[in-house]
Amino acid sequence: MKTFFVVLGASIAFFLTIAMFGTSGWERPPLTTTQNGFRGTGMDQVHTRAEVAEIRDANVAPAPADPAEEGGELAGQTYENVKVLSGLTTNEFNRLMVSMTEWVAPEQGCTYCHNTENMADDSLYQKRVARRMLQMTQHINSDWKANHVGGTGVTCYTCHRGQPVPANIWFTNPGPNHTSGFVSRNNGQNMAAPSVGLASLPYDSLTEYLADKSIDNNAIRVNATTALPTSKGKPIQDAEKTYGLMIHMSEGLGVNCTFCHNTRAISNWQQSTPQRTTAWHGIRMVRDINGNFMEPLTSTFPRNRLGVLGDVPKVNCTTCHNGQNKPLNGAHVVDAYPELTKVTVADVVKTPAPAPDTPPAETPPAVPAAPQP
Amino acid sequence: MAYYQNIFSEVQVRPVTPELGIPLPSGKHRWGKPFNSYLIGLFGNSQVGPIYIGYLGALSFACGLIAFEIIGLNMWASVNWDPVQFVRQLPWLALEPPRPQYGLRVLPPLAEGGWWLIAGFFLTASVLLWWLRLFRRAKALGLGYHVPWAFASAIWLFLVLGFIRPVLMGSWSEAVPFGIFPHLDWTAAFSLRYGNLFYNPFHMLSIVFLYGSTLLFAMHGGTILAVSRFGGEREIDQIVDRGTATERAALFWRWTMGFNATMESIHRWAWWFAVLTTLTGGIGILLTGTVVDNWYLWAVKHGVAPAYPQVYGPIVDPLSQPGGTP
Repeated sequence: MKTFFVVLGASIAFFLTIAMFGTSGWERPPLTTTQNGFRGTGMDQVHTRAEVAEIRDANVAPAPADPAEEGGELAGQTYENVKVLSGLTTNEFNRLMVSMTEWVAPEQGCTYCHNTENMADDSLYQKRVARRMLQMTQHINSDWKANHVGGTGVTCYTCHRGQPVPANIWFTNPGPNHTSGFVSRNNGQNMAAPSVGLASLPYDSLTEYLADKSIDNNAIRVNATTALPTSKGKPIQDAEKTYGLMIHMSEGLGVNCTFCHNTRAISNWQQSTPQRTTAWHGIRMVRDINGNFMEPLTSTFPRNRLGVLGDVPKVNCTTCHNGQNKPLNGAHVVDAYPELTKVTVADVVKTPAPAPDTPPAETPPAVPAAPQP
Repeated sequence: MAYYQNIFSEVQVRPVTPELGIPLPSGKHRWGKPFNSYLIGLFGNSQVGPIYIGYLGALSFACGLIAFEIIGLNMWASVNWDPVQFVRQLPWLALEPPRPQYGLRVLPPLAEGGWWLIAGFFLTASVLLWWLRLFRRAKALGLGYHVPWAFASAIWLFLVLGFIRPVLMGSWSEAVPFGIFPHLDWTAAFSLRYGNLFYNPFHMLSIVFLYGSTLLFAMHGGTILAVSRFGGEREIDQIVDRGTATERAALFWRWTMGFNATMESIHRWAWWFAVLTTLTGGIGILLTGTVVDNWYLWAVKHGVAPAYPQVYGPIVDPLSQPGGTP
């Protein structure tokens, strides 16, 4: 009897140990640590060397195309129906078109967007979306240069990575298809949701905080600004939503909380790192992109490109960052494509743009409106 | 030889007739036929049963079962009654308290937290009835009330989290969800919402007593096992009748750290550390949100949180800058 239990106990312990090694997502040494705050505050980024190398290799920016020959006619004169890039020379225009094909539709080729019988034809929705995306790229590289994208800039490849639909897009998540009646609602949480790193935190905080251009600037903030209560504060459920968004940012950028925050006082700006300011503007940029560029395309996309609620595919931090705090290893991808760094269709509207670091007197740049497809 | 070095209990006492305890007043009985188990004897006494149920035990169990069923069935319903998903997602599932807009309404719609309140009521009833049962059994056996009062300390924390604090805050939404991961996420969010619970002095005390309890537990358990070859397991007798085991144990600690507990005081240390863990923890939770809204700022105000040198240039809240509102 006794021997039996000893053997049984030992074998259970053995198999549990084996199972633990196989399932817990252990990371193998050697680890690398980067300190990014005052010593003793635990502000460190911890990675395995293998992981760092793997992510670096998976995010290599493609070599830019050879420069276009100088001179020649403007594309707007050579081709019909050129709305955004008409100021480019025909050579520059063709170079960009070839690059775009490599960035977005390398397998499908020109026909992914164009009717080859008539290249000027706008009948394919892909072409109408691409035109708006060009404007978006120009808008990001010009109006968000100071506060978020800096000198690296973005090209189509930053998000698309050789795929017509970027890998990391998202839709509003209405949650499980609930039986109605008196069964308890789940309060929008308690599923192993990838959007919050498989925590049981609210799974749709992206919609709450990133989907729209007119989200209250204080929505994410849940901490009291005084030691003692002065008014009714925000409920804990709001803190869970913010927590969910922060998990998304952490996963999307491949960093931990202390990349931006001193976690002893998460909300305190003085103790934060400069990256927090960049990230703060990044949140506004994502709202701007989703609200001003993606949302108006809802009717342009066919139904099969939309989410279960009929909502447009949207971007979040991961869409560009893909697990790195600087997308594509921080390569200055727009240097070879100056046409993507300025807004070429200057038109109307409307939303006041990103918070400038510059003095308030300066008029904020406007977001270009879509030319009607 | 060296039986005290084993992980499991090596001595199993098996009386010829099972021990039934003191006789009960007429009309009452204990339930179950006693038996001996080798496996259970590895961990505790090898005799299992009989158990005294009584009306308090029966009521407590019934209330607990109702709460368990409400929570479990709501979790199962939240995966559309899919048994596979229920098992797979069980750690993530929960029964959530009412949303803030319902305030302290006694019974919001069932789907909107009503179930949570009902489950909470039955769970609380179950726990309180169990406490009463502990108290009455202790009395029946002529014991002191140390165990019921210690359990009361844990109930205090439970009531603060699920009842007293939500009432003071004016909303059931402040209470904890019933769920495995969800209550842990709630705990993390609670600390984040109130500016870092680690700066709450009662939280600090609670941690000291919690970790202190484990330390005392290990020191005491280790000491008694180590002197059991000299009869150290007769520790209660040795409170007044010290023998070589007690003296060796005392010498060991006096030599290693200059001070030692006694066979009596070590048990008082352990009891108070355990009781104070939840007592101070409950006070800390009770103060959070009701009288302190941001523990970090509170700690700065009272000189608890140190200031660190700025590593970067001044970082300012973008919203506080002129023109910073997009």
